[in-house]
Amino acid sequence: MSEWLSPEEWSAVTLSLKVATTAMVGSVVPGIAVAMLLARGRFWGRHLLDAVVHLPLILPPVAVGYVLLLTFGRRGPVGAFLAEHFGIVFSFRWTGAALACAIMGFPLLVRAIRLSIEAVDRKLERAGETLGAHPIFVFLLVTLPLILPGILAGMVLSFAKAMGEFGATITFVSNIPGETQTLPSAIYTFTQVPGGESGALRLTLVSVLLSLAALWGSEWLARRVRRRLSVG
Amino acid sequence: MTLDVDIKHRQGSFTLHAQFHSEGRLTALFGRSGAGKTTLVNAIGGLVRPSEGRISVNGRVLFDAGQGIDVPIHRRRIGYVFQEGRLFPHLTARQNLLFGRWFTPRKDRRADFDRMVALLGIEHLLSRRPPTLSGGEKQRVAIGRALLADPLLLLMDEPLASLDEERKAEIYPYIERLRDDGRVPIVLVSHSVPEIARLATSVVVLSEGRVAASGQAAEILRRSDLFPHHDIAEAGALLETRVLRHEDAFALTLLETRAGPLTVPRLALPAGCPLRVRIRARDVILSLEQPHAMSALNVLPCRITALTASGGPGVDVSLDCGGQGLMARVTRKSVEDLGLAPGVVVYAIVKSVALDRDVVTQAPRGEDGP
Repeated sequence: MSEWLSPEEWSAVTLSLKVATTAMVGSVVPGIAVAMLLARGRFWGRHLLDAVVHLPLILPPVAVGYVLLLTFGRRGPVGAFLAEHFGIVFSFRWTGAALACAIMGFPLLVRAIRLSIEAVDRKLERAGETLGAHPIFVFLLVTLPLILPGILAGMVLSFAKAMGEFGATITFVSNIPGETQTLPSAIYTFTQVPGGESGALRLTLVSVLLSLAALWGSEWLARRVRRRLSVG
Repeated sequence: MTLDVDIKHRQGSFTLHAQFHSEGRLTALFGRSGAGKTTLVNAIGGLVRPSEGRISVNGRVLFDAGQGIDVPIHRRRIGYVFQEGRLFPHLTARQNLLFGRWFTPRKDRRADFDRMVALLGIEHLLSRRPPTLSGGEKQRVAIGRALLADPLLLLMDEPLASLDEERKAEIYPYIERLRDDGRVPIVLVSHSVPEIARLATSVVVLSEGRVAASGQAAEILRRSDLFPHHDIAEAGALLETRVLRHEDAFALTLLETRAGPLTVPRLALPAGCPLRVRIRARDVILSLEQPHAMSALNVLPCRITALTASGGPGVDVSLDCGGQGLMARVTRKSVEDLGLAPGVVVYAIVKSVALDRDVVTQAPRGEDGP
């Protein structure tokens, strides 16, 4: 494969995989927490939180990228703070691409998990408590295993979204080969230069293959989990 | 065990105001649907927070609105067997059974896994998952799961309601064993008189959110005024008896009661075995003279203690047979024709075949037995 793809193309593929995996893994725990809050929480501002989480779904991705640039950029309030105290820099780094992808995929992740939380029979959780389990253990031992299919589905959506994310990423971290040039950015670059068609086509093919693999992999996992939950 | 409940709880237009004290090994909460039974056990288990009042088990206060005490569910150590079982679908039967064990303080772990599994007859189900179990199997696993957490009290909310008669008959012996085992006191919600007569040592009758009566099972079950109309057929007396001897030639068994010997269809139990017999008021015929040339084998001389009109053509006659209470349901017409009145001596006639396996059951053994 490394002979079939040029080194630049190859690096775009591996970078995209790294960015998408980081975005997916990094947003799982916050995703579960927010989904729990939205599904179960009864607090002031729940609707506001719901709207904020869904914002990336309705805003133009470029706008999200710009907001990220303003807040997480070198001179943005959050970006400056993180860079100064923790040495974490997002702007024009692959980590920034991962952040942009995570935020764009977050509503999809939260939606999938929230639906599965709402489908959990809360009577089972009560039963767990009558057996002496603290609500935290009930969550870990009863709720979490029961919503696992939803979490997996959400993770796949988040990963797929990250593999295809373009607008927010290019606005926030630009299109630097080897650092922030993900698959979509690389395809876009190929289409902008004369004679780039074959490279664009090759990378598009890789995209299709990776997406199908992710989809099939998740279907297989979800089937296994569902079988465990129903017929055993 | 002592269970003290005195709570008020409002839920929409319904108000539960329950006050009772029980020391029984199996206390039945009886009442029609909507009487507040489930709300009451939920309050004891901590699943419902009453508006006012106090709940204590063995002197340990679980809830006291006045003092602001409300022990959280997971620290109450009260087992709960739900109507629908509520087994965890993602765990095997064995994992379900062991769930509560992890959270029981080590020093309090008394229930033995193997012994419990044998007691409930679920050895062969351990590796199966709940969706593959039958209704009766699920409930047995649910009972075991609750008990293996070593609760101080076991609540059962109509655990057999969703099962057919055959499955119920399959589980009754297990509940009887638990009751006679005497390690964990049980509170059982039920709306079935036969079930209570078979299992309960104490009964609390709930009606429209209030306690209509509470006390020893035998005393409460004698009172037909407590049992709503649709249970007329089931009202009757509860007799604590034991097996006297068998008459194998006729496939009969003689029981010893305070009222005299009672003949029932042959039982596969040894002589001396304590039994509980429920004689339904509708199965008793009264006669002014000692009958002869008659097929019924059980003729018990007794004295009428009270007559209670039960609405319609029926009258409930309370009888005293050598210290043993008995009930007969006769028509008002018969009362007039025979001149039945308190103090009159009559003969109560009970057909042996009426005393089948539904009404003759093994008695609770131990301190509050006969």
